[in-house]
Amino acid sequence: MERHRKKTSFLSGLAASLTLFAGALTTSASADEQFFPLQSYRVGPYAAGGTGFFGGTIDYFNLINSRDGGVNGIKLTWDECETQYEVERGVECYERLKSHANIAAWNPLSVGIAYAMIDRITQDKVPLITINHGRTDSTDGRVFPYVFPLLLNPYSETSGIINYIAAKEGGEANLKGKKIVVLYHGSPYGKETIPIYELLSKKLGFTVQQIEVPHPGNEQQAQWLTIRQAKPDYVVLRGWGVMNPVALKTAQKTGFPADHIIGNVWSNSEEDVIPAGDAAVGYTAITTQASGAEYPVLQEIVKTLYDSGKGNLEDKKRIGSVYHNLGIVNGILNVEAVRIAQEKFGKRTLTGDEVRWGFEHLHLDEKRVADLGAKGLFHSINVTWDNHEGDGRVTFQQWDGKKWKVVSDWIAPDWKLLRPIIEKSSEAYAKEKGLKIRSAGDADKVTSIDVKGESTKN
Amino acid sequence: MTNAYDAQQSRGLLPAWGYLLGIGVVAYGIVPLLASDYVYDAILAPFLALSLAAVGLNLLTGYAGQVSLGSAAFMAVGAFAAYNFNLRIDGLPFILSVLFAGLTAAGFGVVFGLPSLRLKGFYLALSTLAAQFFVEWALTKFDWFSNYNSSGVIDAPPIVIFGVPFSGPSGRYYFALTVVLLLSAFAARLVNTQTGRNFIAVRDNETAARIIGVPVFKTKLLAAAVSSFIIGIAGILWAFAYLRTVEPHGFNLDRSFEILFIIIIGGLATLRGAFLGAALIVVLPLVLSRIGTLLLGGYFNSGVLDMSQRILIGALIIVFLIVEPDGLAALWIRARNRFFGALTSRRPAREVTA
Repeated sequence: MERHRKKTSFLSGLAASLTLFAGALTTSASADEQFFPLQSYRVGPYAAGGTGFFGGTIDYFNLINSRDGGVNGIKLTWDECETQYEVERGVECYERLKSHANIAAWNPLSVGIAYAMIDRITQDKVPLITINHGRTDSTDGRVFPYVFPLLLNPYSETSGIINYIAAKEGGEANLKGKKIVVLYHGSPYGKETIPIYELLSKKLGFTVQQIEVPHPGNEQQAQWLTIRQAKPDYVVLRGWGVMNPVALKTAQKTGFPADHIIGNVWSNSEEDVIPAGDAAVGYTAITTQASGAEYPVLQEIVKTLYDSGKGNLEDKKRIGSVYHNLGIVNGILNVEAVRIAQEKFGKRTLTGDEVRWGFEHLHLDEKRVADLGAKGLFHSINVTWDNHEGDGRVTFQQWDGKKWKVVSDWIAPDWKLLRPIIEKSSEAYAKEKGLKIRSAGDADKVTSIDVKGESTKN
Repeated sequence: MTNAYDAQQSRGLLPAWGYLLGIGVVAYGIVPLLASDYVYDAILAPFLALSLAAVGLNLLTGYAGQVSLGSAAFMAVGAFAAYNFNLRIDGLPFILSVLFAGLTAAGFGVVFGLPSLRLKGFYLALSTLAAQFFVEWALTKFDWFSNYNSSGVIDAPPIVIFGVPFSGPSGRYYFALTVVLLLSAFAARLVNTQTGRNFIAVRDNETAARIIGVPVFKTKLLAAAVSSFIIGIAGILWAFAYLRTVEPHGFNLDRSFEILFIIIIGGLATLRGAFLGAALIVVLPLVLSRIGTLLLGGYFNSGVLDMSQRILIGALIIVFLIVEPDGLAALWIRARNRFFGALTSRRPAREVTA
């Protein structure tokens, strides 16, 4: 029977592909390399962020490999695994890539995926980097030894934004009686700052109204109608992906002025404002790294990679864009953590725990940042064993219709105010999980053997 | 709605218990010898959870004929209820949290099953969408459900049953496997009882069923309750044994569609189809992504590979449904009948279209 023959060939095809699949399961590893599993996303609603960020990080890794021959001779290697910003896919990618040897650090660029990985990577003793995002209380290295919300955690971002609004209003005292609406993305990332806005509003005497935009956020009429009725002095846009240009366009339609909308650190890219057209002119957003391609490190990337067709971005116009530059800064921080750990443990392939030590001693002052060719790209960082954020500075940029113009100095968030709140939350987490709070001495104990093989214990 | 083979037909050479024994030996004895952490955590865990959800939906949609687009909502109810029972009632054994969570989901199922008394087909599907949106909205809106966690994501508690911790990839696998086997055995038994036949009678012709004395309303609500119970427990497996975090958006409409596709591809009104369909939906993308990365990873970035996979999977599903509209379960039976052609010739495969 004709139909039956078809079935058999379908089945044998399936069998053949399973055999191939089994072959693909075994991964090879060589010595003298440091591996970065990249849970990237190049398709789906957040592809703009994913391609820019991972493109920047890969460009920087490539630069280190081709210009310096790796970090002190240790080649950087990586594999990408597509997550589409979905937690299940991120977890699958983690499981797929974790068996690879010589993993230095994870960079999932998704709060949801990062949350799902915290227990797992703590077990594996491999650092998890959530630059500019992540779980705020993981700043407390006493409780989260392997999680690093580098440069700017969500609370610091909030504090920076409120400080900026206060400065615009002529001082904190003038915030009293003002009204701020926070329009946030309906995801773990978006919700992360709800309590801190409430707290700051009580402390400084402004009223705050927080409105959720369901993921992915391409329909916001109802939210902006509410905003129109509330008549706030400022709207803070805590968006992500397509939600941002839609917010700006809807704001224009409802008559809310763009220069009173302040974007957060994931609403600050060219991809957020260009699709909004003239609705975005005057819009201001916080950032940890400047945009533009004039910095020496970017010039070298262009010269070494893009001029010979090895650059990661498909669209060369995006070189020096906000996400690309953030990816480059992320690359710098990962590479420097490896370099610092190598100085301590020897110029060889390191274990995840050794790289963790490197991140906990990631001290790049303005001079070192300038040596790396990134003067003005970002300010500085000083990560310690108990402060996994590293005192990152922020600046504000305003969109003029063609490019971002920096409109403030490097501002420090109010860390003193935030630290006790963070510690309260992390200590509660430690209690819930029955974790021991780490001391400085514990942080100096470093595992030099790969522990991943033992992960079945959990 | 058509089903491929009636329940008796799908029994093969061995009695049902023989198959169960075989599955048990393979699943408990042989799989652990071969499986790595990756296989446990990335393949078997989602496979088991989705299979169970598909078993649950198959009772409602495949057997009782009530189309539902709210499966993920009931998974979410199960997961969040188990989390909250476990958190808020001190000393409640984990297994009871699971049971209560299943009952909570069943309660929700009955409430959202009420429209099925008046609505049919597409209209019913639309009203189950209400369940989907309502649950997702409520879990996001009221922070109490996620214990006021600022980002709304909660950690799954450790799985401990009668003092025995089910930890590590293999431990979680054994837990999930046991739950799935018990509930599937229950479902398999149920569909062969009078209640199960009532389900089918209601599906095939509601008026006729009423005339011969089937209590239609009661049957529909019972199907909704049992189905939601099983799907709720599948949600617990998804959250506790697979992802180990619980987040409302993980249970969105896409997940509901995924489960519906599983039973359509696997075969409506066959429990075996739920497992075959789940295997296809979970494993095929992974296989394709592996092969794609292996063969073409050097030439294309992960985005291009992912797009091509989607096209390929979509095309495969279309081709498959044209070639075998009765689903994987029918394919399985036909392949088996050919294989044991001589033995089964005594009872020729008879296609029943209902």
